[in-house]
Amino acid sequence: MNNVNQINLIPFRIVDKTLLEMLRYETSNIFACRVQLKEARTELGQFFDGSRRQYNADQLLQMVDQKYGQENTKTAGLFQVDLFIPILTYIFGQAYLNGRTAVASGYRLANERYGIKSEQSVYYNRFLKEVVHELGHNFGLIHCRNIGCVMQASTYVEDIDLKNADFCPTCRRQLEQ
Amino acid sequence: MKKNSILIVDDEVSVRDSLYNWFLEDGFEVSCAEDASKALKMLDHEHFDIILADIKMPGMDGLELLRRIKQIIPDAVVIVITAFATVDTAVQALKDGAFDYVTKPFDPDDLSHLIRNALRQLSLQEENENLRERVTALEQVEDIIGQSDAVKKMLAEVEQVAKSNTSVIITGESGTGKELIAKAIHANSSRKFFPLVSVHCGALTESLLESELFGHEKGAFTGAVYNRKGRFEMADNGTIFLDEIATISSKMQVELLRVLESKSFVRVGGNKTITSDFRVICATNRDLKKMVNEGSFREDLYYRLNVVNIKVPPLRERKDDIPLLVNYFIAKYCKSMSRNKVTIEAAALKRLQEYDFPGNVRELENLIERAIVVGNGKEIRLRDLPLSKTTPAPKTESLNELERQHINQMLSKYGWNISHTAQALGIDRVTLYNKIKKYDLKQES
Repeated sequence: MNNVNQINLIPFRIVDKTLLEMLRYETSNIFACRVQLKEARTELGQFFDGSRRQYNADQLLQMVDQKYGQENTKTAGLFQVDLFIPILTYIFGQAYLNGRTAVASGYRLANERYGIKSEQSVYYNRFLKEVVHELGHNFGLIHCRNIGCVMQASTYVEDIDLKNADFCPTCRRQLEQ
Repeated sequence: MKKNSILIVDDEVSVRDSLYNWFLEDGFEVSCAEDASKALKMLDHEHFDIILADIKMPGMDGLELLRRIKQIIPDAVVIVITAFATVDTAVQALKDGAFDYVTKPFDPDDLSHLIRNALRQLSLQEENENLRERVTALEQVEDIIGQSDAVKKMLAEVEQVAKSNTSVIITGESGTGKELIAKAIHANSSRKFFPLVSVHCGALTESLLESELFGHEKGAFTGAVYNRKGRFEMADNGTIFLDEIATISSKMQVELLRVLESKSFVRVGGNKTITSDFRVICATNRDLKKMVNEGSFREDLYYRLNVVNIKVPPLRERKDDIPLLVNYFIAKYCKSMSRNKVTIEAAALKRLQEYDFPGNVRELENLIERAIVVGNGKEIRLRDLPLSKTTPAPKTESLNELERQHINQMLSKYGWNISHTAQALGIDRVTLYNKIKKYDLKQES
């Protein structure tokens, strides 16, 4: 954490101000660092893959890094679109390990996507965990096996619900080094 | 903690990059190759726990790569991926030894499961290998030390007989290492992964030996509170070693003959016939043939056991091996006592080589162990070896020469301490000085 003095959150087509403010406030607490919300000015159409009807997360990550990445700052692009990487059917987010940029999407985090009654707090929590998880990779953390740690790998939303939004002591120590 | 390594082989850069990032985040050491030939080159000098290979690649395809990998590393965990799934290619990949087969794009969860299963497979392979090594180590006999012709001849016999399934009698004086030979035969046989069960026949009474060999049922006799397996039963698929076979009673000889012929028996107090597949190795320090002639050992049992006879030479007939054995025991006991390795002074070694060792290798081993315990921690000296009692056998009939030899031995034993030697000899110090002068005795340096 030594050289990082700020985290930037860049929301793309997200209009829920409460969600964004919650994400800014909570990530600031969790990483004990200044977190700013920055405006995005990029059209996402070029990242859409018509054959898969999804957005290419590799290309989005690259775009966020090139357009919004800064030295001594970690930057997370926040989306509401369905992300994929060529080998996988979908992903919730991805990041450069030990890098400066991450992307996370709330598209598959909402209950209604699975035919369940919408619950805003559940959705917010999932999004927060996903953002913290991807930023954790930016800080060099790999997937953790400690139950409840935000760095646990999650392939389903149910997995996300089982973990906390914070780091286990082992990951926390590593983060603070 | 050691990271697992993975090699991704795919011609599409986007797939390689996606998987690279995914596995990096999962804590793997990740390497990529854009085609099969590059992957094979990497495998030449690097080990990978898991190999993920695309089937459809220009040049050598994934199936051919899989076959080549399996030729070089039969245990490699290879997962093949393709966008063109057909049952035929899947079946072919599995037939050729692929760990699994996936069609891209796949669910993140499928990938996680796949990798978890592959890692489990790896850990099982590793565990299996470790256990195998441990079993082999357990079955491994201590080295049979010796370069003499007698030992070489005996080892050649051991090697030859080990592969067969025949009964063996090992004969030799007490302390020559007959049990070690039995272990060597077992360890080199196809039964080595099964037990070698030893029974010291001389140490058991007839009734105890019967219960020990055949086992007993609960309530068969006073004190038989549980059912108990006998040694023959325990040795199923392995080897039973009957030490001091000459000491068994006539009744046991009959029983033993019956068991050896039928490989079946009944536990003491039981009525169920138990069969067991074992090989018999016996040992004795007696002349069984003579016992047969005298009528104290059954001739039919003798011929049943004596298919192959291995004679273990006494140590006095292979004195050339004494320095090797001494070094071996020094290393063994210094290690077990956590001491620095000691040496042996030339005079002490010479004395050992002159000695006849009626107790054979066992006696030599005990002598060295004792010498390391009582010695100065640097060198085994002549005074550390209590050998004076018997040897060398007098080669003279002259009383004077005998006296000279005896005084010399006693002086050596007491480290040339005149008072102690004189006291032991029952003479005064002046007389001892006179004798030393008379026989021109000198302390060896």
